[in-house]
Amino acid sequence: MNAFIDFIMGPMVWFSFLICIGGLGVRAAGFIRELKQKEPYIFSYMTVFHSLRSMGAWLIPFFPVSTRKKPFFYGISYLFHLLLFAVPVFLSAHVVLVQEALNIAWPVLDDHIADTLTVFVIAALVFFWVRRVVVPDVKFLTSSTDFFLIAVVLLPFLTGFLAYHQFFAYRWVMIVHILCGEFMLIMIPFSRFSHMMFALFTRAYTGSEFGNVRHARDW
Amino acid sequence: MQDTSPMESGQQDEKMDPAVEGGLERLTQEKIVKGINQVLHEESGARLKAYVQTCMRCGLCSEACSYFLSNDKNPRFSPAAKIKQTIWEMLKKKGNVSKDFLRRTVRIAHLECNVCRRCSMYCPFGIDIAYMMLLVRRICHKLEITPQYIQDTVNSHSATLNQMWVKEDEWIDTLQWQEEDARDEFENLRIPLDKKGADIMYSVIAPEPKFQAGLIYQAAVMMHAAGMNWTMPSCPGWDNSNMAMYTGDNEISGRISRTFYEAAANLSVKRIVMGECGHAFRSIYDVGNRWVSWSMPPFEVVHAIEFYHELLTSGRIKIKEKFKEKVTLHDPCNVSRGRGLHDMARTVVDMTCSDFVEMTPNREHNYCCGAGGGVINCGPPYKNERMVNNRVKAEQLKATGANVLIAPCHNCHSGLEDIIHHYDLGMDVKFLGDIIFECMEKKVYVPGE
Repeated sequence: MNAFIDFIMGPMVWFSFLICIGGLGVRAAGFIRELKQKEPYIFSYMTVFHSLRSMGAWLIPFFPVSTRKKPFFYGISYLFHLLLFAVPVFLSAHVVLVQEALNIAWPVLDDHIADTLTVFVIAALVFFWVRRVVVPDVKFLTSSTDFFLIAVVLLPFLTGFLAYHQFFAYRWVMIVHILCGEFMLIMIPFSRFSHMMFALFTRAYTGSEFGNVRHARDW
Repeated sequence: MQDTSPMESGQQDEKMDPAVEGGLERLTQEKIVKGINQVLHEESGARLKAYVQTCMRCGLCSEACSYFLSNDKNPRFSPAAKIKQTIWEMLKKKGNVSKDFLRRTVRIAHLECNVCRRCSMYCPFGIDIAYMMLLVRRICHKLEITPQYIQDTVNSHSATLNQMWVKEDEWIDTLQWQEEDARDEFENLRIPLDKKGADIMYSVIAPEPKFQAGLIYQAAVMMHAAGMNWTMPSCPGWDNSNMAMYTGDNEISGRISRTFYEAAANLSVKRIVMGECGHAFRSIYDVGNRWVSWSMPPFEVVHAIEFYHELLTSGRIKIKEKFKEKVTLHDPCNVSRGRGLHDMARTVVDMTCSDFVEMTPNREHNYCCGAGGGVINCGPPYKNERMVNNRVKAEQLKATGANVLIAPCHNCHSGLEDIIHHYDLGMDVKFLGDIIFECMEKKVYVPGE
């Protein structure tokens, strides 16, 4: 059992990150190669300035008109994406593990704050789930994959929350937490989670077409 | 196996026009699969895949669409839903879709989307849904199920290189007729044909000589009064419109654009100025050039709004007395979202009109007229649904309380006239050129005066 735990907390973590980052890298390379082969025109319109202008505009909360049309959803979604990265990265328990392995560390969140933020992330995911069931146009677009993706993100946070509070079967909850986290990482390049990378391309291209060719704003 | 889309099937039974129905009848399953896969896998590539795989089905695009808003937020009109009902389904079934599915596809792509690109401004990832809708139209073209009226305009483009079956002698005759009439106002006015080395080639869309020749008259008066060195081509290439761009007939679209640029090249002009048309601007500024391998147009392309702005701000045309009625301004998609000319349009309106009221939303965020993107060109069989599908525009117009609506685009003009009539809004639709012509000093510009 201990050997198994050592494995999932050791090599498996490295493997998951490798798949996640390597997978995204391979997909990006394949994407650019295919663009160059079949749609090289795209690069003749892209400019760094207009790409960054567009990304910048869309990173400012409630700046784009679209985000003001659905302020509640957008606000939750914005914070969710921020915390999705911030909470695991700055969680003291995670940083300790990194410190043990690599002897590097960075500032951490207070555990109580991290706990509260975790609850927010879980609540946000539940909200996304409910929204997919309740809001007609979103429901129309939703398929089982969308619920699956929500579940994949929900599980590591939920099990992390349960493990922190040690409500029951700590050891087992921790094992499930680690496995779920690793599964989420591995899923990123092979699912629509890859929007974390492709959205940069689509945003940059549309930003360039609007800014560089059409001299108009795209927000 | 090949059922319809997973959506309400009730929508799919409504028959389309004879061209679509006849086309559907001729189709075999083999041809359907081949046509769809050719467009989705061979003609398109990573861009489409990235769009399909990046969309998180969040629904933020819904609020962008005038069809969605006009139909009480019916989910099937959401921009992403239009992709779900067409491309996602085609990809899932590897092109093996039914004829009922395709009938619905034609309706979505040709009648329920103006390819106005407003939704790509509402998507956090900037996914270009209009691009995908045009791919769907390309599939319809490949399967020969394009609606009848718009296909006829493409046939005209193919045979005559203009949109309206205008014969070459009719074209020249119309110009000479307008020249003759305009000489009542300006003794020496000319509409110079094929004048090599002129500064400007002025180009129009074929409906102008066909039934709005007065617009050519007005343009000639402005050119003459401003003292411009201009010309118009007597041969094919004079028409800057391009309906093939909207039916996915890229080959004919490319031919049209090439002929157009060649006409300008043959005349060795410095720049091309065009009348008040949006889709034609999109064609010669943004789309046609790409098909003939120019990343940007080989000539400076100047839309009427920009040209009027130049004439007025440089003092080449002076306004005698401002237009008095209360006016509002419609920003056409293809020149606001498509070229950022909305602020110049406002300057022109400010210089020519004394009582201007904005409609909301405006500029890049304006609602489409509902006619653009080839929708009005699908003809009378679909006029009623076009009216229903753009109720939001009528509400937007009504809220301004203006008597006159300025629409610097032919498609918008016709579409908005229909909307105004249908919803009984009692507004007059005018081109910017109409206003300038009415208010300008009718004298020839002399530098320094």
